[in-house]
Amino acid sequence: MRRICSRPSIFCFGDFIMAKKKKTSTEQVIHSTEPQGINLDHSKKKQILENIVHGIFLLLGLIAVGCVLLITVYLFISGVPAIHKIGIVDFLFGREWASTAADPKYGILPFILTSIYGTAGAVILGVPIGFMTSVYLSKIASPRVKSVMQSAVSLLAGIPSVVYGLVGMLVLVPGIRKVFNVPDGAGLLAAIIVLAIMILPSIIKMSVTALDAVPKEYEDASLALGATPIETYFRVSVPAAKSGIAAAVVLGVGRAIGEAMAVMMVAGNVPNMPDSLFQSVRFLTTAVASEMAYSSGLQRQALFSVALVLFMFIMLINATLNFFLKRDGNK
Amino acid sequence: MLNQPLSKKRKRYELLLKALMLLATGLTAALVLFLLLYTILKGIPNITWELLSTSPSYLEERIGILPDILNTIYIVIATLIIVLPLGVGAAIYLTEYAANKKIVSIIEYAAEILSGIPSIIYGLVGMLLFSNSMGTCLMAGALTLVIMNLPTIMRTTQESLKTVPQSYREGAFGLGAGKWRVVRTVVLPGCLDGVITGCILSIGRILGESAALLFTAGFAHAVNGIIEGLAAPGATLSVALYVYAKEQGEFGVAFAIAAILMVLTVAINFATTFVQKFFAARRS
Amino acid sequence: MGSIISVKDMCLWYGDYQALKDLNIEIPEKSITALIGPSGCGKSTFLKTLNRMNDLIPGVKITGNIYYEGTDIFSNDVDVSHLRKEIGMVFQHPNPFPMSIYNNVAYGPRTHGITRKVQLDEIVEQALRDAAIWDEVKDRLKKNALGISGGQQQRLCIARALAIQPKVLLMDEPTSALDPISTSRIEDLIMELKKKYTIVIVTHNMQQAVRVSDYTAFFLLGELVEFGKTDDIFSQPKDKRTEDYITGRFG
Repeated sequence: MRRICSRPSIFCFGDFIMAKKKKTSTEQVIHSTEPQGINLDHSKKKQILENIVHGIFLLLGLIAVGCVLLITVYLFISGVPAIHKIGIVDFLFGREWASTAADPKYGILPFILTSIYGTAGAVILGVPIGFMTSVYLSKIASPRVKSVMQSAVSLLAGIPSVVYGLVGMLVLVPGIRKVFNVPDGAGLLAAIIVLAIMILPSIIKMSVTALDAVPKEYEDASLALGATPIETYFRVSVPAAKSGIAAAVVLGVGRAIGEAMAVMMVAGNVPNMPDSLFQSVRFLTTAVASEMAYSSGLQRQALFSVALVLFMFIMLINATLNFFLKRDGNK
Repeated sequence: MLNQPLSKKRKRYELLLKALMLLATGLTAALVLFLLLYTILKGIPNITWELLSTSPSYLEERIGILPDILNTIYIVIATLIIVLPLGVGAAIYLTEYAANKKIVSIIEYAAEILSGIPSIIYGLVGMLLFSNSMGTCLMAGALTLVIMNLPTIMRTTQESLKTVPQSYREGAFGLGAGKWRVVRTVVLPGCLDGVITGCILSIGRILGESAALLFTAGFAHAVNGIIEGLAAPGATLSVALYVYAKEQGEFGVAFAIAAILMVLTVAINFATTFVQKFFAARRS
Repeated sequence: MGSIISVKDMCLWYGDYQALKDLNIEIPEKSITALIGPSGCGKSTFLKTLNRMNDLIPGVKITGNIYYEGTDIFSNDVDVSHLRKEIGMVFQHPNPFPMSIYNNVAYGPRTHGITRKVQLDEIVEQALRDAAIWDEVKDRLKKNALGISGGQQQRLCIARALAIQPKVLLMDEPTSALDPISTSRIEDLIMELKKKYTIVIVTHNMQQAVRVSDYTAFFLLGELVEFGKTDDIFSQPKDKRTEDYITGRFG
C-alpha cells in the first residue's frame, strides 16, 4: 500500500487545479455542520497550503530524474563535438592516444580495451572468490561467523578507493615486480588485483541475499534424494539463485569499470595498448582523471568524449542488471 | 548396503568444494584483516599532534593536515544540509504523495541510475555544472556530492517510511487532519531512523570520495572558517591522501591519513549497525 | 508378510521437549501404512526420523533403534546418503526444483553416479511412467517444472523420488495442498505403487487412510496408541482414544 489519499494523481498544472477544486467541495461537505462563513475561508486556505506542499514534494521527487537528465544531456553536449571532429571510427578504434603531441592523436581503443580487460580480469579473479564465500556464508557458516563476516564485508565496501590505491602502490606493485621479475610492477595486473578486491563486497552481499532467499523446500527435496548438503547447495540452491548471483556479478562489473582513483595509483597510467599483464596502462576512467586538470581545447573535449563512452558502458551494465533483477522478481 | 561409504568421486567433490569455500572465505577475511592492520599500524606512528594541528608550509618543510580535516568537516556539513531535505522530501513524495505508479517507477529508476554512475563522471559533470560557474571550491564539491548521495538518503528514508504502520496515518486522517499535517506529525517522526542511517552512510561515502572532488573542490591546503572555506578550493582527507601519495611521494603522511580514514570507516560501520539495531529494538 | 523397518523403543527430543515416546512399530513390506493423529502428535516427526531428515534440525536427540532390513540406521557406519536412496520421501507441498522436468527426475540418479545419457533417459521415462505422468509431460521434458499444475508437480515429485529406485517411500500429507481431482489421481497412484514399494503415508484425512492403506498407526501426544490392520482399527478400535479420534470426537 503506497497510496494513502484517494486524490487523483497530479501531473500537470491543469490537473492540479482540477484536483484542488474537487477536494475543496468534498471538504465543504464534511465540515458542513460547522459555521459556514469561517469554515469556507479556513478550508480554502488549508487547501491551498496542501496543494503547495504537494507541489513542493513533487518537485523534490523529480530532482533525481532531473539529475539523470542533466548528467546525460551535459555528457552528450560536451562529449559529442570532439567525436564529431576526430571522427567516430578514428576515435573509438584509433590505437594511439597522443593528446599533447605536435600532431595530436585521439584514439581511445587502448582505454576501451584496458577497461574491458581490466574488468574481465577482476571478474575472473573476484567472482569465484566472492561466489565461494557467499555459498559458505549463506549455507554453512554458523550465525556468529556469518554476522562477523558480513560486517567485515561491509567494511571492505566502505574502505576509500585511495586507501586501496595506497596499499596497492606500496604492497602490490613492489610485490609484482619481485615475483614476476619485471622492471615495474605498476600495470594491468596490479589494477586487476585491486579491482578484484574492490568488487568482492558487491558480489558477496548480493549473492548471499539471493542464496538466503532460496526456499528451504528445494534443499529438503534434494537431501531426501540422498544428496549431501554440499551437493545440495551447489546443484540446487545455486541454480535456484542464479539470477541474483548473475546480478551480483553485473553489479561488480559496474563497480570495476567505474573505478578511477585506486586504478590510477597502480596501473602505471601510460596510454599503451594492453598487450601484456605487466603493461603500464590507462583505463577509461583514469584517462579522464589524469589529463583533465591541465587540458584545453580539443584535448579537453576529447576527454569529455571518453567520459561519454564510459557513461554508455555504465548504462549498458545498468540495463543488464535490471534485466536480471526483474527476471528474479517475476519468478 | 547401507554401510558402504560414499563413492570416491562424490567424496572428492565434497572435499574439493569444502576446501574452496573455506579458502575463499579465509582469503576474504584475511584481506579485510590485512588492510585494516596494515594501514593502521603503518599510519599510527606518523600521526603526530603537529600533523593534525598545522597546515603545510614549504618554508618550514612541514606537512600538516589540519586544513584537510576542516575541509572534510565543512564539505560533510554542507552536503548533508542540502541533501537531507531533498532526499527526505523525495522519499516522502514517493511513499506518501505519489498516486501514479509510473511516476514512482521513473523516479526510482532514476535513483538507481544515479547510484550506478561512477564518481569520476560525477566529477566531470560537477565541474561543468558548478565549478565553471562558481569556481573550483568546496561548495562546488559539496553540490556534486549532493547528487551522488541523493539516492542513498532517498532509499534509507523510503525504507523506514514503509515501516510506519498504515494505521497511524489512517488514525490521523480519521481525526480530520490534512495530508500535510499527517506528514508532519506522523510520517516525519517515523523516518528518523532512515534519515540517521542515510546520514551515516553518506558521511562514509563523502569521507572516501576523491574522484568526484578532484576537479570540483580542488586540492588546496589552507585553513579557513566554514564560510570562506566553502567558497575556497580545498582538499578533503581522501583527496589529500591521493595528492601526498601519488604526486608528492609523502607516504608517511598518506598512511597517517589512511589510518584515520580506516578508523572512521570502522566507526561508521559500527554506527550503522548500532542505529539499525537500536531502532529495530524500539520498534518491536 | 515380513517387516522392512522395525522401530525399537525410540524416543525423540527437541531440546527438553519429548516429541516421541517409546515407539515400537514394525512396518510391513510392500504395503501401505497410514500414520494418523491430531496435529502435533508426532506423526510427521516420526516419518522424518525414518530417513533421518531430522538430523538437520539443531537440538534433536534420538534414543532407541530403527532397523532398516536389519541394519540400525543410526549406526555410525551408515551413510545417510545411502539410507535416503533406499527410503525416498515426498513432501506436503509439491517442491520440484526450478529446473526442467527432465533434470528434476534425473537429479537423483545423477547424484548417485549415473551419468550416461541413454541410461538416464531410460530411468527418467520409467519413473515418469510409474508416477503416471509420462503421457502428460513427455512432449515437454525440457520445460521448467514450475510451469505444470500443482497435482502434476506432486506426481513429478513422486517420479523424482522413484527415479533412485528406493524400496520405501515416505509421504508427508502428499495431497493436503491439492484439489480433489488431483488427490484422487495420487491416491490411485499410491495404491498402484504398493506392488513395488513399501509406502508410509502421513494423512489428516480419515477417508484417505481408509481408502488407501493396509495398516494404520494412530499417534497421540507423541505416543503410538494403536497399530494394526486398517480395517480392524476403523471397525473395532481396541483403545478408547482411537475410537474417539476416528469417530471425530476430537482433533
